[in-house]
Amino acid sequence: MIEAYDLSKEFNGNFWAVEGVSLNVQAGQILALLGQNGAGKTTTVRMLNALLTPTRGWARVAGYDVIKNPQEVRSNVGVLTEQHGLYVRMTGDEYLDYFGRVYRLSAEKRKARAVYLLDYFGLTEAAKRRTGEYSKGMKQKLAMARALIHDPAVLLLDEPTSAMDPEASRLARDEIARLKSSQRTIIICTHNLVEAETLADHVAIIYRGKILLSGALDELKRQVLGAAEYEAKFAESYDAEALDLPAGVEIVARNATRLRFRIESPQTTNPSLVAALTSRGARVVSFYEVPRTLEQVYLRTMERAQETTYAE
Amino acid sequence: MRNNWDGIWLVARREFVDQFRDWRIIAPMIIMIGLFPFIADANTREAINFMNRYGGDLILERLVPFVVLVIGFFPLAFTLGVALEAFVGEKERGTIEPLLNSPLTDSQIYLGKLLVGIATPLIASYLSTGLYLALLLRRAVTFPSAYILLLILLLTFAHAVLMVSSAIIISVQATSIRAANLLASFVVMPVAFILQGETTLIFWGDEEVLWYAIVAVTLLSGLLVRLGLAHFRREYLLGREIDTLNLKRLARLFSDRFTGKAKGIFNWYREELPLTLAQLRTPLLIVITISAVAVFASYGWTIVQIPAYITITPERAEELRAYALSNASSLEMISSQLPAPVLFYHNARAILAIFLLGIASFGVLGLGLFLVNMGLVGGVLGAAKLIGFSPLLTFFAGVAPHGVFELTAFFLATAAMVKAGAQLVTPQTERSMGETLIVSIADWCRVFVGIVLPLLAVAAMIEIYATPYILKAAFGL
Repeated sequence: MIEAYDLSKEFNGNFWAVEGVSLNVQAGQILALLGQNGAGKTTTVRMLNALLTPTRGWARVAGYDVIKNPQEVRSNVGVLTEQHGLYVRMTGDEYLDYFGRVYRLSAEKRKARAVYLLDYFGLTEAAKRRTGEYSKGMKQKLAMARALIHDPAVLLLDEPTSAMDPEASRLARDEIARLKSSQRTIIICTHNLVEAETLADHVAIIYRGKILLSGALDELKRQVLGAAEYEAKFAESYDAEALDLPAGVEIVARNATRLRFRIESPQTTNPSLVAALTSRGARVVSFYEVPRTLEQVYLRTMERAQETTYAE
Repeated sequence: MRNNWDGIWLVARREFVDQFRDWRIIAPMIIMIGLFPFIADANTREAINFMNRYGGDLILERLVPFVVLVIGFFPLAFTLGVALEAFVGEKERGTIEPLLNSPLTDSQIYLGKLLVGIATPLIASYLSTGLYLALLLRRAVTFPSAYILLLILLLTFAHAVLMVSSAIIISVQATSIRAANLLASFVVMPVAFILQGETTLIFWGDEEVLWYAIVAVTLLSGLLVRLGLAHFRREYLLGREIDTLNLKRLARLFSDRFTGKAKGIFNWYREELPLTLAQLRTPLLIVITISAVAVFASYGWTIVQIPAYITITPERAEELRAYALSNASSLEMISSQLPAPVLFYHNARAILAIFLLGIASFGVLGLGLFLVNMGLVGGVLGAAKLIGFSPLLTFFAGVAPHGVFELTAFFLATAAMVKAGAQLVTPQTERSMGETLIVSIADWCRVFVGIVLPLLAVAAMIEIYATPYILKAAFGL
């Protein structure tokens, strides 16, 4: 589990890379940390892994204080760094064995974990080759395997699938989902918003070192994009003038065979809306929620943030 | 302890194995290790031929240990790159972060790198030396004794530790391999100078003195390792991409530390300076104790050893005493030859030299220069005793009047220097190495400007305008 309060980091006495970040990620949850390059994602992750000492605030990771117990924190966290950071003259299996030793795994466990991870990421055949000969994607997969070698309780993943081919990305995502289901706590820093939406339960958007927005994805969509929108498609032209809309429903777009509604409480209103449509002779072909993506949330949030910055 | 060693060994072993997988490292190393002994052997052969023709057996006898020392030094110089890129190289290649993310402690990572940094040059150095000695067996020349060889091997070891511990500090602090390589001259050149000094000792033939060189170099190496460990922080390895020299910020740091929270000069004397002085208690005690030891040791050495070199008969003593008294009778004229401001400048400069040497060597060399000064006091008193004057009277009439101020100034400045040196090798969680240096200099300057300079000014006035009269009165002139 990860808890952080008012986590802040100042560099050179005059630049706050991260300011007042508070997070709470429970076991079995994934938080996607989103933001532009240089927004403070990596600095936040480095503080959570006790690599940088916070200038202000505190954080507890896997039950340990990042300031008082940095070694314990690092023992219980698996980190995938922005750069793969492989030793290019080591072979794949030597590399995993080395980090297994670093994390003080027994010989049997090291071997078992290395065999499992190499096999899982499809690197078994390349295990005896020097990592310098690996393709970019293979290097990324091996780096991911390194982060998982000690089966950590907490995972901090910086761009976990960048440079991976679609198949490998899928494998990585599956492994992250599996880890989530086995009660691991995970933070992903990514620019891949589709991936973040697929994997994350919670999202935090960071801008110039400050968290602009954070929460469950549905909440954020509602908060940023407004109430949910639903679209009804009709078999033939339909005149909605006579339609008696239930409270909390508003028509936001229309053409001859479609109507789009903004609905405050879909759970309670939708049954009566559908009933109203059919009772008024509408031949409804489909009634569905208009998909709203994390990308929209992100872009809208950044737009507002930039407007505020310029205004200031 | 076992876990600690395991971590160090883990870091060192990987790096050691890794470098031997790179032919770009191995090939030049093998060529250098193999080539130098043969060149040196050829030179030895020519030297033997030359000496056989023109004489000079003594030089030949000393030449071989000298060549062994040099042969040992060359591999240290060219394998220094391994240590220089220990951290900054990994940083540039992006491999440092996974290591820093691991549960290995700072000291395990640092000492692991240090271990492999020392092992590689040392192995190269000893292999080269061994090869030269093997080649030497074929020559008609006196083989160095086991004792001399042991001394030289120990010196080589001390050089390796000194160079590598400096190189590792550079590697941690540098932001690029290029910068680290440029800074390497600051490691190789001082060690080359030390080597020249040791060479002189070898040719002089006083091997016992080499032990002092071994102890001094080892002590300095130990302090460098301590300095490196004290300032090794994961954060800096990741946080600094481009190092900009912010002179304004450094100046502000210095002035903030120097002035403290004082609102004016009187407030500074009343509130701030006592805080600095309170921190000098322990160093002051150390400085006073060792200076007392230096004075007594020097005094004792003078009265015991000088008669062994110079025969002082009662007549000769009388002659010297008369000469000293005749000089002393015109002492009041000294103010025209040596005005008080010149004496003040001389003493201030000596204190500054002690500080500069001290800050460059974490206090060691500065303390050495200070002890030489204290030794002179003991030597003068010993000389007075030898020619029949009372050392106590000489001290109280000739040294104490201005010494009360001058010695106090020297003690305080040296104590502040010792503290500054110790501060540098003490872990500072809040400050970088550069900031610690600035703060240490500011602390020393507080004492120097606030107390030492005024005391030296008073001492100079007394020494020029009062001490001559007190001396004359004391000796009845």
